[in-house]
Amino acid sequence: MNARSFIIQGLILFIALVFSIRLFSIQVIDDDYKLAAQNNILQKIVDYPFRGLIYDRDGDLLVYNTPVYDLMIVPKEVDLEDSTAIMELLEIDHAAFVAKYDKARRYSSILSSKFVEQIPNEDFARIQDQLVKYSGFYPLPRTVRGYEKGILANTLGYIAEVSRSEINRDTTNYYKGGDYIGKVGIEKQYEDKLRGKRGVRYKIVNVQGVVKGEFKDGEYDTASVPGQSIQLTIDSELQAYAEKLLDGKVGSMVAIDPRTGDILAMVSAPSYDPNHLSGRNLSEYGPSIMNDSLKPLYNRPLQATYAPGSMFKTIQALIALQENKVSPNEKIICDGSLIGDHAPPGVYDVERAIQLSSNNYFYKVFKRVIEQGDHESRYIDARIGMKKWNDYINRFGLGQQLGVDIPNENKGFIPDIAYYDRVYKGANTWAFSNIYSLSIGQGEVLVTPLQMANLGALLANKGHYYTPHIVKAIDDQGIIEPKLNDVGIDEIHFGPVIDGMQKMAESNFRVLIPDITVCGKTSTVENPHGMDHSGFMGFAPKENPQIAIAAYVENAGWGARAAAGIASLCIEKYINGEVKRQWLEDFVYKGDFLDERQKRELEAMNKAKKLAAQ
Amino acid sequence: MRNDQLIYKIDWMVVLVYFILVFSGWLNIYAADYDPDVNEGILSFSQSSGKQLIWIASSVVLIVLIMLVDFRFYDSFAYIVYGVFVALLIFVLLLGQEVSGSQSWFQIGSYKLQPSEFTKFATALALAKYLSKSTRKTEDIRSQVIGFALFLVPMLLIIKQGDLGTAMVFGSLVLVMFREGMHPLILIIGIAVALLFLSTLIFSQTILLISIVVITLLGVGLVAKTPSKIAVVVLAGIVAAGFAKSVDFILTDVLKPHQQQRVMQLLNPNRDPLGAGWQVTQSKIAIGSGGLTGKGYLQGTQTKFNFVPDQTTDNIFCTVGEEQGWIGSFLLLAAFTTLLLRLIYLAERQKSPFARIYGYSVVSILFFHFAFNIAMTIGLFPVIGIPLPFFSYGGSSLWTFTILLFIFLKLDAHRMQVLQRL
Repeated sequence: MNARSFIIQGLILFIALVFSIRLFSIQVIDDDYKLAAQNNILQKIVDYPFRGLIYDRDGDLLVYNTPVYDLMIVPKEVDLEDSTAIMELLEIDHAAFVAKYDKARRYSSILSSKFVEQIPNEDFARIQDQLVKYSGFYPLPRTVRGYEKGILANTLGYIAEVSRSEINRDTTNYYKGGDYIGKVGIEKQYEDKLRGKRGVRYKIVNVQGVVKGEFKDGEYDTASVPGQSIQLTIDSELQAYAEKLLDGKVGSMVAIDPRTGDILAMVSAPSYDPNHLSGRNLSEYGPSIMNDSLKPLYNRPLQATYAPGSMFKTIQALIALQENKVSPNEKIICDGSLIGDHAPPGVYDVERAIQLSSNNYFYKVFKRVIEQGDHESRYIDARIGMKKWNDYINRFGLGQQLGVDIPNENKGFIPDIAYYDRVYKGANTWAFSNIYSLSIGQGEVLVTPLQMANLGALLANKGHYYTPHIVKAIDDQGIIEPKLNDVGIDEIHFGPVIDGMQKMAESNFRVLIPDITVCGKTSTVENPHGMDHSGFMGFAPKENPQIAIAAYVENAGWGARAAAGIASLCIEKYINGEVKRQWLEDFVYKGDFLDERQKRELEAMNKAKKLAAQ
Repeated sequence: MRNDQLIYKIDWMVVLVYFILVFSGWLNIYAADYDPDVNEGILSFSQSSGKQLIWIASSVVLIVLIMLVDFRFYDSFAYIVYGVFVALLIFVLLLGQEVSGSQSWFQIGSYKLQPSEFTKFATALALAKYLSKSTRKTEDIRSQVIGFALFLVPMLLIIKQGDLGTAMVFGSLVLVMFREGMHPLILIIGIAVALLFLSTLIFSQTILLISIVVITLLGVGLVAKTPSKIAVVVLAGIVAAGFAKSVDFILTDVLKPHQQQRVMQLLNPNRDPLGAGWQVTQSKIAIGSGGLTGKGYLQGTQTKFNFVPDQTTDNIFCTVGEEQGWIGSFLLLAAFTTLLLRLIYLAERQKSPFARIYGYSVVSILFFHFAFNIAMTIGLFPVIGIPLPFFSYGGSSLWTFTILLFIFLKLDAHRMQVLQRL
């Protein structure tokens, strides 16, 4: 045979060999193509779970799901000659259409991406029939939150699309872009219960994305698991009433059932309509809510801290009694010389001192607690006393998180030895004379309204409290047993303190409720930035207490007026179911709590500010 | 004498491989078109497979006709047949239908015919006839020029139609020239030009020019001993540099945009997977997902759901790769290799130069189709739209390959008579 014939035969064999090797490489060795083939034909359809519902303590619905539709676009399939009709249908202008279309195309021309987000059900019903006429547009059903009563916004929180940083932080790799996640409040705290579990269905599609059948008869499909429903401890009626009372004011109110630790109501004012942070409203109202100077998103009952003021005297009395530094009937003469006082000079025992809120009495009593004479140096003596005092205070749940089941709880602040050592730059540099304002709840001490409501509860229970909580039951766990805490004060010591609180309440016409024995303590919280804050803490009825309450109204001046009025009305509403004291309601709604003297003070203060500004 | 009968002289091995390829091609055309929702049978005329059956049946008729015609006809009428089809190529340029950018079709009723396909066997006949004249030596410059002209004329006319792929097929006849004594330098220069062309696309002009200078200097130092040889090497270097410089011009002015894209795609396969690279990407995915044994007949998802374009015609190999896997693909390669090697064996045993040269033309054309069709589906060569012989759907191509092959079998069957005649 001709030599060149062999060259040609060699060439043919060579090519066949190259092909065999190449084919072996892409068909047998390399798995990428098998994966790519799967990706080609498999369309993953995410089945979004139904988010858990939220009910109040009576089983009334608070938060539900409302359907919305994301309009998805596959740019390659869109017939741009029809675009005018689509723009009319979706009520968007040409510029917006082009911008959205270009954005989708930059992402992918054959994969679907969001074109219009969260079209409400009503609007969708209008365009649904028309939509089928236009190729390249598909609706994707989603749900957003709806709020039946429009109350409890700060506590419920809201959901929104998961952010990139949240996805990165998620170690379980559950979240995918476009998922919703609880951002704050109960939605965040109970996210893993509420969210349920995404389901997924695999469909076989052809190159146009037309579904040709199920993948392996649905063997790999998973059904979505709906989220669990949550029942709150909230009494909707009381909550709504309290929100109404606090409307137009800055402050908070917390009511707890002392028998269980159930939070009956928790108001942060000013607040917002939770529906305004749901679905499409989020982009419309979100920025103005978030940028409001009064910070409606700030959950004051948990996050705001105030000096406790005179409420703190109940604690001081209990510690002194337990430490045996004062006996219930011991009469102490107070002439008002030690510290400024609204209480008149005279002879005081525990009960009267609480009733009239004698600053001088508690100055003396607190001095006995701090200076127990265990050491000759008054500095070292104060350290020993301070240590004992701190041990008691901690058991009252102050200076630490109570462990409520809502995120972002503030610890408040209770000064201790380390703190004073730091402030006074060294050990043994401070004594009682440096810290006496603690005796009346002023100075460095800071508490949250929730901690003060809890104080009301532990007073009502005479020495123990259940950790306050807002979730009563979860679908799979049933009723959640609250944790019982003991504050380490003997029950017997509560008698005179509670009697004092009762007398105080009876002597204040805005607190007094004709058929309910209220025990309470007002606070005027000194505010270096403006008018004093008004505070009230208490419980009712005296026998078998049903509600413990704390209220703060910022810049409202004297204690009894704003906070006490609100608290008293809430107690009446909760226990009697209705409020008879119309005049007090009107007073609170009006929101004008300053008397003549305070108004003059305020005027002077504003003038001074103006001058300073000039 | 019984043994004189045609039926005993035909090379049945080639016939067998031919029918194996045609039949498995037919099954694969059905698989490529298969849509489980429509559920039409393989014989349905709404399917490509149904239509292909008509082409197969008519091919059998053609085979019978070819076998009935006197074998001397092909030698005698070679130039006339060639002239007729070259004329048709000119006519189609003036009167033909344009289909996807190529003006190469005649519409006859509902069927379209592509004269450029048939020109392949016509050119093979003419080239064989010209080179076989004993007075001519293929080593002669004159013979070579006319030999080249015989296939360059239809090639240029087909380029003019806009069908670069089919035109390139005629280039394969260089192999025939090589077999018949053409100086191998032409083949080497041809390959060098192709390599240089690809290099200009991959490397920057500066690197390329420096490389050419270095290679030229090496050439001078190692090979060229006499001044005239030095001059030749230096000249080659200058020509190479000029060529490299002009590729830019070729890319932008000679190749059409879709052809430019296909070349660029080969150089960087991941450049644009959803655009120009779609076809290569998808055909590789389809073949690659087949694995060792394939997904099974009619079970290929990529071809079934139309991810691969032109899957019954140019990309029919994807269906084999996906559904029959590496084993099926290998068997296909083996079948083609067997066919080609057998044809070379047959060509070499011819007594008449005409039959031998024609045989090599058949081998060249089939080999070119086989090599470049499969190379493009597995991403070794840019996409040029040429069918896989006997396999791809389409009447013109099946007829052409059938005629091409069976004329040679007819000539082979009569190879002893040539001697008798002399």
